[in-house]
Amino acid sequence: MPDLGGIHPSLIYFAGALLVALAPAKPRKWVALGVAVLGFGAALGLSESAGPYTARLLNFDLVLMRVDAWSAIFANIFCLLSVIGVLYILHENSRLQFSAGLLYAGAAVGVALSGDLITLFVFWEILTLGAVMCLITRRTVASGRAACRYFVIHALGGVILMAGIVLHVAETGSTAFSDIGLSGLGSYLIFIGIGVNCAWPVLGAWLTDTYPEASIGGVVFMATYTTKTAVYVLARTFPGEETLVWVGMAMATIPIFYAVIENDLRRVLAYSLINQVGFMVVGVGLGTGLSLNGTAAHAYCHILYKALLFMSIGAVMFRTGKSKATELGGLYRSMPLTCIFCCIGAASISAFPLFSGFVSKSMIMSAAAKEGFVVVWMALLFASAGVFHHAGIKIPFFAFFSHDSGIRCKEAPRNMLIAMGIAAFLCIFVGSFPNAFLYGMLPDQSPKAAYEPYTVGHVTDQLSLLLFSALAFTLLMRAGLYPAEIRSVNLDFDWLYRKGGRAFYGVTDRVLNGTNRLVHAVFVRGFIPSLSRFFTEAPARLLCWMMVPVWVGSGLTPEQIASKREVMYVRAQRGVFPVGVTVCLAVLLLAFLFLF
Amino acid sequence: MSSSSSSSPESKRAGESPGWFDRPTNVRKVLLGLYGACALFVVIDVVFRVVGFDKHPYFEWERWPGFQAVYGFVACVLLVFVAKYVLRPLVMRKEDYYEPVEDEEAVETSKGGGDDHA
Repeated sequence: MPDLGGIHPSLIYFAGALLVALAPAKPRKWVALGVAVLGFGAALGLSESAGPYTARLLNFDLVLMRVDAWSAIFANIFCLLSVIGVLYILHENSRLQFSAGLLYAGAAVGVALSGDLITLFVFWEILTLGAVMCLITRRTVASGRAACRYFVIHALGGVILMAGIVLHVAETGSTAFSDIGLSGLGSYLIFIGIGVNCAWPVLGAWLTDTYPEASIGGVVFMATYTTKTAVYVLARTFPGEETLVWVGMAMATIPIFYAVIENDLRRVLAYSLINQVGFMVVGVGLGTGLSLNGTAAHAYCHILYKALLFMSIGAVMFRTGKSKATELGGLYRSMPLTCIFCCIGAASISAFPLFSGFVSKSMIMSAAAKEGFVVVWMALLFASAGVFHHAGIKIPFFAFFSHDSGIRCKEAPRNMLIAMGIAAFLCIFVGSFPNAFLYGMLPDQSPKAAYEPYTVGHVTDQLSLLLFSALAFTLLMRAGLYPAEIRSVNLDFDWLYRKGGRAFYGVTDRVLNGTNRLVHAVFVRGFIPSLSRFFTEAPARLLCWMMVPVWVGSGLTPEQIASKREVMYVRAQRGVFPVGVTVCLAVLLLAFLFLF
Repeated sequence: MSSSSSSSPESKRAGESPGWFDRPTNVRKVLLGLYGACALFVVIDVVFRVVGFDKHPYFEWERWPGFQAVYGFVACVLLVFVAKYVLRPLVMRKEDYYEPVEDEEAVETSKGGGDDHA
């Protein structure tokens, strides 16, 4: 591989996205794959002396590429996932899908490498574009609407972030993308702006609302980039902010209740995504070397297994057109490899020993215990059991086992299998050999932050927890107490903008259009015609009214006066008078005016 | 393993032999394996306690034999019951609550098709 150490990966991705859009159909997919591989190569070749990617905007120095342990590990996994993602959608050979994926990847890497808040903001906004493109590639009415909602929410979040950055820069004079800490309005706005993308409670309802509407391949990119870039930015800007511990705890626990009763398996995965990001946010909030290492490691592992799970359910959807638990089941016979890959993803998210979640999630839990957050530790343990229950068991069980849906289909396309195979291999490899490369990439390499996942106590405790969670699932299922899968919508905070948005629309419709109608009725229909009538009729009436005494004085009979009056009226309205009469009238009028 | 008949009610397609997981005997095996594993880990925990093996826990209660097992079991039962009896009545609405449900078949243009060449 050529030395790509000096090239900004985002450049490769953005140029590639354009190139793919222009490429003819035949070589298109190979161009897309080549771009993704090149980008990954560039990420691997990142070195701290790389650059110089600096620029000057107004009076600010922009740092487009900052390479350190934090940015390197995130750039690495973002680029790796772009290869897996492009491989996964290779059979589609869709211009828009490839471009969306590459643009999205470029934006995410750009965020990871940006060294100042302004550069960060630019890439942050491009992320939204990538996601919206991933949504519309599904090409359904629902996905189009979801794309609109996604765009509105993220545009709003982006504006909040931008306002925060502007205030922060005005307050401190610094655009440094480093530890900001909560002080001053600017920092709070930045905090909330990041929180929108990080899918915090209330702010994050867009995630479970829109992800299940994305295209089969698009959701793989979405599940990877938006929330994890937000975690990365949080870890950079607010490490050790205790509020985040509680926010993360809420994220890790609340969505799993929803996941249990959710029917759409891709939405179940979206809930468990928030649950897992919650662990990372707790890690950021604890702010110790171990917990921040845990956040980075968990983001790395999570991206792999979450993508794997979304890919396996996506493959099922590709072959069957369905993603709802009520319509699936028994597919292990038709799609055995996909089933195995799904189970590997499920084991990884559940943190089974030898799978990737085991070596990363426990770092955060250990850090919580060490810092004395008993309630948080208990909640995370609950969430660990819960995630196995709803993602680890429910996803493979309802898709591939459960009752036989009667669906018989082909195994997933070869390129999908290869993509899933790579992700599955990495899940097991990272889980089994965490020291091979993952732990070596973590930001804090001091002995204080060192961690050993494979102790006898940890392995037996984790297995006990998981086995008894499985036991609970089994017993509830067999007793008929497990909530039946029902085709339904479950209300969440997206209600606020979906129904609220409609109410807002309704209210503004009534008020503004009502005002409009009222003004139209009074002014356009009433006032203007009367005005026009006034100007056409008033002079004629006035004339007749003035002439009557003249005619009476000249001794005409009432009948003659009436007929004269009519003629006069018509003439006055049409403005046609014999000139002599008009002049006479004018003189008379002047005389009239002069006299009074 | 071969005791289950080919006319198992689980197999939806006539003339098709049931899959491995559709045979009741196999399901029983899987379940027995699970129960056995659960029992095994409780025993291990008790043995650790008896011989005084230190698991280096962070909290005292982690030393109690079966703590993780009980916690995992109770957590999941609680999770399911709260979701089923508290959350679902509160938040569940008809599928067309927000917008009409689209025709399932028209969702994906590439449904079931796609060329396999990678």
